[in-house]
Amino acid sequence: MKAFMQSFCRNKGGIMGLIVLALVTLMAVTASWIFPDSPWDIINGPFMPPLSEGAMLGTDTLGRDIATGIAYGSRITLVLAAVSTAVSILLGITVGALAGFYGGRVDQAIVGFIELFQTIPSFFLAVVLVAILTPNMGTVIFAIAVVSWPPLARLVRAEFMSLKNREFVQAAMLAGQSNLRIILTQILPNSLSPVIVSGSLMIASSILLESALSFLGLGDPNAMTWGYIIGASRSVLRDAWWMSVFPGVAILLTVLSLNLIGEALNDALNPKLARRRTT
Amino acid sequence: MKKIAKFLANRVVKSVLVLLMIALFNFFLVRAAPGDPAEILAGQSGAVDAEFIAKLRQEFGLDKPISTQLGQYLKNVATFDLGYSYRQQAPVASLILQHLPATLLLTLSAFAFALLAGVSLGTQAALRVGKWGDTVITTLSMLAYATPLFWVGLMLVLLFSVNLEWLPAFGYESVGANLTGLARVADVARHLLLPALTLGMFYMAVYARLTRASILEISQLDFVKTARAKGLSERTVIVRHVLRNALLPVITYAGIQAGGLIGGSLLVETVFAWPGIGRLAFDALIQRDYSVLLGVFFMASLIVVVVNLITDILYTVADPRIELK
Amino acid sequence: MSALLEIRDLSVTAAHGGPTVVRGVSYTVNRNEILCVVGESGSGKSVTAHAIMGLLPADQLNVTQGRILYGDRDLVGLPAADWYGLRGKCFGMVFQEPMTALNPIMRVGRQVDEVLERHTDLSAAARKQRVLDLFGQVLLPDPQAMYDAYPFQLSGGQRQRVVIAMALALEPDVLIADEPTTALDVTTQAQILGLIKDIQRRMGIGVIFITHDFGVVADIADRIVVMRKGEVVEAGLADDILNRPQHPYTRQLIAAVPHKPEGKDAAAAAAPLMVVEKLCKTFATGGRRVDALRDISLEIRQGETLGLVGESGSGKSTLGRALIGLIPPDRGSVRMEGRELVGMKPRDFRPYRRQIQMVFQDPYASLNPRHRVIEAVAQGPIAFGESRKTALREARELLELVGLGGDAGDRYPHQFSGGQRQRIGIARALALKPRLLVADEAVSALDVSIQAQVLDLLKTVSGQFDLSVLFITHDLRVAAQICDRIAVMRQGQLVELDRAATIFYHPQHEYTRRLIESVPGKSWNKPDLEAQDDPSRSKQYA
Repeated sequence: MKAFMQSFCRNKGGIMGLIVLALVTLMAVTASWIFPDSPWDIINGPFMPPLSEGAMLGTDTLGRDIATGIAYGSRITLVLAAVSTAVSILLGITVGALAGFYGGRVDQAIVGFIELFQTIPSFFLAVVLVAILTPNMGTVIFAIAVVSWPPLARLVRAEFMSLKNREFVQAAMLAGQSNLRIILTQILPNSLSPVIVSGSLMIASSILLESALSFLGLGDPNAMTWGYIIGASRSVLRDAWWMSVFPGVAILLTVLSLNLIGEALNDALNPKLARRRTT
Repeated sequence: MKKIAKFLANRVVKSVLVLLMIALFNFFLVRAAPGDPAEILAGQSGAVDAEFIAKLRQEFGLDKPISTQLGQYLKNVATFDLGYSYRQQAPVASLILQHLPATLLLTLSAFAFALLAGVSLGTQAALRVGKWGDTVITTLSMLAYATPLFWVGLMLVLLFSVNLEWLPAFGYESVGANLTGLARVADVARHLLLPALTLGMFYMAVYARLTRASILEISQLDFVKTARAKGLSERTVIVRHVLRNALLPVITYAGIQAGGLIGGSLLVETVFAWPGIGRLAFDALIQRDYSVLLGVFFMASLIVVVVNLITDILYTVADPRIELK
Repeated sequence: MSALLEIRDLSVTAAHGGPTVVRGVSYTVNRNEILCVVGESGSGKSVTAHAIMGLLPADQLNVTQGRILYGDRDLVGLPAADWYGLRGKCFGMVFQEPMTALNPIMRVGRQVDEVLERHTDLSAAARKQRVLDLFGQVLLPDPQAMYDAYPFQLSGGQRQRVVIAMALALEPDVLIADEPTTALDVTTQAQILGLIKDIQRRMGIGVIFITHDFGVVADIADRIVVMRKGEVVEAGLADDILNRPQHPYTRQLIAAVPHKPEGKDAAAAAAPLMVVEKLCKTFATGGRRVDALRDISLEIRQGETLGLVGESGSGKSTLGRALIGLIPPDRGSVRMEGRELVGMKPRDFRPYRRQIQMVFQDPYASLNPRHRVIEAVAQGPIAFGESRKTALREARELLELVGLGGDAGDRYPHQFSGGQRQRIGIARALALKPRLLVADEAVSALDVSIQAQVLDLLKTVSGQFDLSVLFITHDLRVAAQICDRIAVMRQGQLVELDRAATIFYHPQHEYTRRLIESVPGKSWNKPDLEAQDDPSRSKQYA
């Protein structure tokens, strides 16, 4: 554990990512204190530029405060991303573990299923799902989860397949441990490193996915997310550049920080011990 | 040779199965959604008359049992009859075919840009690993990778069209200009530049990172040491031994990314009002013209399947181990 | 004999303030001789060789001191451009792993052609002819077909021959061979060793042959350098070092070398513990069928150590795993205590599961990295219903028995060395109080001195618990050390089964004879160092 912390802290990108993410989370948590008004409230005239009265980052087409929108948007974004990633991970681990451990026909069927998913353009699928099932928080989470689990399942499957043939697993079988016990206590704990790394990157991509859906108008109609604000800014790009720039920067920083954290985790959890020592 | 033929035949069968699954998925999704399937297919905005809905219901056999409906639907799909758009007063299939060339132009340009720029940058970064050149390229890649596609498009429009007024903000060609020949090509190219750049930027970052990682990994392998021990120049070692092996996984990955490119085109075409199938889908979305939407979805999947097949063929050619393993 | 290459006081340090891996090493290589550099892992023998060729990875290892003199040039700090002319032309190198030494997507003939293209002015046709000649010299079958083949189509031995052809293409002054035969089968190894010796004589080159195997050294060395932990410990003529070693470490190494079987009296045949009859197993993967076991029949007697010897593909590992229940056989019978084990339902097999346990080959993969060592040892008894408290207590006692007492049990695998992990593996296998222990290449991944210790432990333990041991190995010398009887397998068939001494000195089957012939160092009678120190402890050799 200690070696992991040391390695992680040595990665400057990871530390920066962690700081930015902490700030964003802080913003999400304290949004209602710093910005007491609802983002839907009209607080000033429309198209006010940044640094106007009561609107640090300007107002939108109806006079709503952009800064408030960004602050409240962070909540929805983080919650949505976390929940959909959690569902994805659960699904991915279960499917991948079954395929990797049992092999044979079970594996073939599951792999076929995964390949099917990976052939379909995932963004399109998400759009179609949300559009036809009518957009709301639930369908968005569902669509993102459905689209994100295949790569993780593949990863977990590969890990399970390789670990299953490792000698300590065979030793556990010889010792008489049941299959379930072996999966849960022997293999799973050793396959978590890539899952953790993926988790971070998956949260990042679900933020991108969610904001793209909101941009197209497929988000929850009651949620003012960053993507929604940018979507609404399209027609007035010329007149209110701040409407598209600031929320986009928010997305960029959050996703970037998650990617940096993911990379740092990867370096810390998978030291390059593959190099053979030349002695 | 026979083995390759068998391998490919296998792949083709799998591809057909995939398309079948997607068709089934479309079929069941419409029926699983809240609301009347006929209304969904006709468009929900109420601007459609009851007569049309009744006609639709009859044509799709929505009052008949599911199995009959399914049979009819699959027959339709096989003959490329993807339904009819009331909104646009045209069969979905012909609408799609009309818009397809623009999308192909956009995605191919974006892909070419992403691949060439990505592989070059990735190689340069790997050759300068640890030095500032590497850091710069890696940082830029990280930024490009973290930026939402649609936002990049908007920012580019903001910069180049609104502020600098160098490039057009939307469309395929200048409206009403009626240019021909070379002038027309140049005009389209000007319009193509920003959208292709936008769509390609994300994937450029992906390929750059992948190429860099692959080169670094291959460089550690024994056979590279052997090549050096033969007295070959560093340049020969890198180009002939490292690169050829390192680019194999990039090829596979590039093929897999085809799905992403098509999905991305939906966003990019929307932002730039590029008249491709992505734009078609977006308009259908707004107008709740779900026949068109599902038709485009099917088409997009078809494209991805074909691209995957081509990638498999290319990979078989590039890696001699595949043929005989 | 003039000095061809002289290493003077060389030191190599790991980058970023890492440890000194090679410290003040000096030795010379003469024309027309084979110099063997011997040492265990971590001795720095390979790093030194890489330094000679300038192949040290610059971001990880650097030469910090010393000179490497070739003629009148100092190779340390030589500019890159100068290296291109030396490598391949004056120096040739052969690495250990034949499977990864060649570019996987380039034809083999072309890879050798590259050396000629780089350093000579020959035309393409002349080069091809030369490559075909070289292939003939290294005894590759069908050079024409070989020329267009890809590496994955060749066996390990064939690849190594290609690499040797590549290294010798320009008749260099020095050939550096870094453990070139370690990854090969014993019969292939004998062929490659013969090849290298032959070529060295014919071309009169100086060879630096790095190895950890004293048997190999005995067969080919003219002079020997012994290294340990980055330093040269002893150097001299082969005969002197092998038969009259001076330095305590050299003496220790030689004492640990597996010796030939002693002439034990034939013990009264004990009752059979396990009887195997006509066991068969075929693997079918993607259209290819491999007959791993073909009608294997043998018996393992109570309390005996039976060796199972064979090369890769012989089926010995498959047999071990079939007997232990990890691989279900297709046909045949395995009887223990009168009960038929093949085809038994899992629930009925369970009580027999604890009777047959295994010690695995790879000390780094055989323990769960996330469990404390004592958990690993106790997991068997716990799974069979033992109370946790009792299981842990017994586990601690077992660890004590194998020499890891105290609080060793509370530590994690990565805190132990390879040899210690094998001891833990043995403790784990013993925890269920088995009657048969299958040791699948249990000492193959260990250094020779550690090997001897673990083998001693196995011997002690099998005697103490009246255990039968099935000792699977590819190394006849190791089998001879502790086995009572030895079974020889080849391509799924049992070829010969007899007392260890008989197999070694009077082999019957033609394949067994070939195996014995190929054992490196068989003509060397290891000096009885204990007797030299204390004549009363002299051993009797058959």
